[in-house]
Amino acid sequence: MKRFVCLTAVVALAAVFAGTGIAADTIKLGVGGAHSGDLASYGLPTVKAAELVVKDINAKGGILGKQVELVVEDDVCKPEVATNTATKLVDQGVRIVLGHICSGATKAALSIYNKANVIAMSPSATNPELTQSGEYPYFFRTIASDDAQARLEVDFALDTLKLTKIAVLHDKGDYGKGLAEFAKKFLEADKRARVVLYEGITPGAVDYSAVVQKIKRSGAEAVIFGGYHPEASKIVTQMRKKRMDTVFISDDGVKDDTFIKVAGEYAEGVYATGPRDVSKNPLAIAANKAHQDAYGAEPGAFFLNAYAAAQALLNAVEKAGGTDDHNALVKALRTHLVDTPLGQIKFDERGDAIGVGFSVYQVKKGAYVEIQ
Amino acid sequence: MDLQYFAELFLGGLTRGSIYALIALGYTMVYGIIELINFAHGEIYMIGAFTGLIVATVLTFAGFPTLAVLVLASVAAVVYSSCYGFTMEKIAYKPLRGAPRLSVLISAIGMSLFLQNYVLLAQTSDFLPFPSLVPDLAFWEPYAHIISSQEIVIISVTATVMVLLNLLIKFTRMGKAMRATSQDREMAMLTGVDVNRVISVTFVIGSATAALGAVLIASHIGQINFYIGFIAGIKAFVAAVLGGIGSVPGAVVGALVLGWTESFFTGYISSDYEDVFAFIFLVVILIFKPSGILGRSETQKV
Repeated sequence: MKRFVCLTAVVALAAVFAGTGIAADTIKLGVGGAHSGDLASYGLPTVKAAELVVKDINAKGGILGKQVELVVEDDVCKPEVATNTATKLVDQGVRIVLGHICSGATKAALSIYNKANVIAMSPSATNPELTQSGEYPYFFRTIASDDAQARLEVDFALDTLKLTKIAVLHDKGDYGKGLAEFAKKFLEADKRARVVLYEGITPGAVDYSAVVQKIKRSGAEAVIFGGYHPEASKIVTQMRKKRMDTVFISDDGVKDDTFIKVAGEYAEGVYATGPRDVSKNPLAIAANKAHQDAYGAEPGAFFLNAYAAAQALLNAVEKAGGTDDHNALVKALRTHLVDTPLGQIKFDERGDAIGVGFSVYQVKKGAYVEIQ
Repeated sequence: MDLQYFAELFLGGLTRGSIYALIALGYTMVYGIIELINFAHGEIYMIGAFTGLIVATVLTFAGFPTLAVLVLASVAAVVYSSCYGFTMEKIAYKPLRGAPRLSVLISAIGMSLFLQNYVLLAQTSDFLPFPSLVPDLAFWEPYAHIISSQEIVIISVTATVMVLLNLLIKFTRMGKAMRATSQDREMAMLTGVDVNRVISVTFVIGSATAALGAVLIASHIGQINFYIGFIAGIKAFVAAVLGGIGSVPGAVVGALVLGWTESFFTGYISSDYEDVFAFIFLVVILIFKPSGILGRSETQKV
């Protein structure tokens, strides 16, 4: 027994040495996000984007003569799991992280990264506080924040659709509620429309008939919903089954093809905001083609944001001369423009990408179409 | 307008309550017979929904009329889920017949997690669209905004199932055996009741009602995934306790009370606190009637 313990200790020690040995030769890019569970369809495209960028860079000889290595960890989009995920990444010697995906999980992970001076860049976490609070100086993102989305939703409802009575709903989560609060604030500041109903719904409930009745009684011409597609498809389906033609405006948590697949014919006419269409950008075309060639399928949600984030992070590593000095990395991210599928981007003082924004989309004949 | 609003909330709550009731029946029957809270019951419901979806998709593709698809999908789901219920009892509960109740409870929770993950891996983690199997009737269209034909079907099926179950328990030989088993298992065995068979039948009936509910509810809501059984199961369990666990009419009454509570609180106060209100209500009822609305400590179970 004693001999066995000794042997184990020796093997373990050898493994530690082997681990540090590899770490010296590669640059580790952590990827954290929802890779399984309900929201895996938001997280997996980021892993693929990272794989493609890294493959590309390694084929060209890597960065500063070192190969880039991916360290992928799953947080299932849950804050309580995300702190573990972040700790695991930090323990494995990761200094730069692409992620996380969901706002709640990102916030939880950042508390770990902040202490370890690790740079994190999310392709999809849109909660405004993440950058605006100033609590997370090492956090960046390649997506515009929720207030930008709420602003666009409200402007669209008031200027384009000329609505006067609006119901604002949310799913009580960090992301949905944050967005709904902004939408409410913007609507109240503007005198043209009234918020006739403001409610949180219980995610995953069996049905939403009572809430739908309430929307109907409030006389709202439109619903602005902050949340994700499983609840949105239930609400839209139940409204249409109650023969209500209330306009439904939502966010990029709903601008997902799963929403159209699940809500089917009832999805027609629904508006959702999502990242601006960059399909004309040659780099975006190339990135999409690389995905098609490597995985035989169209890329999923936030793929290009993730692609841009991976490029921006690795470019910063090159400019800063390595991953050791986090202040140099932050400076490089703020000063050097990078050519990405989203266009030329760099980051402002708060960590938001300059030159990235949203558009309004509408479901037409079973697909989201950008509205000019 | 206000009376109409009240009526709409009432009907919404009635539908929701009927949904809970179809699932709660399985909980309450199993508890009545072997005093086990069968946590895997929600998963049987979920498996019923998946079976219904698969069969309905195939049959729709083969060009069957909607009504035939509804009937055949329901039958398939009922048969398949009943097999699962039967097998589950034989694997997870029968070997623990003499064991402490806590062991059986843990076995039930394990079964629930196993089935959830099994469907997650074997099928998908995505939400799947479920076709609307109950057709919208043309003559009903003027009233469809108040209550849809799907909701009418759900409510009437629940009522029918409850009446049939009551008749079964009161007037058949099997029903008599069930009542005997629930009152005193050992004594029933001594008088020649095949207790194992009674327990199996209870599981099969409970699973069948859950599967029937699953097809109707999924068709009403329009989407399913591997996790639906957990949430529906918890609510149905609460309904069964509220009504007095072990009592069949109690499960239905409890489910309706829960459905109405949620619907009216959401409608008149706020949906933010929907679950909070529902559970406060549960606590208040249990403080004044610890054995539930219709449950009496000496009442005949099942």
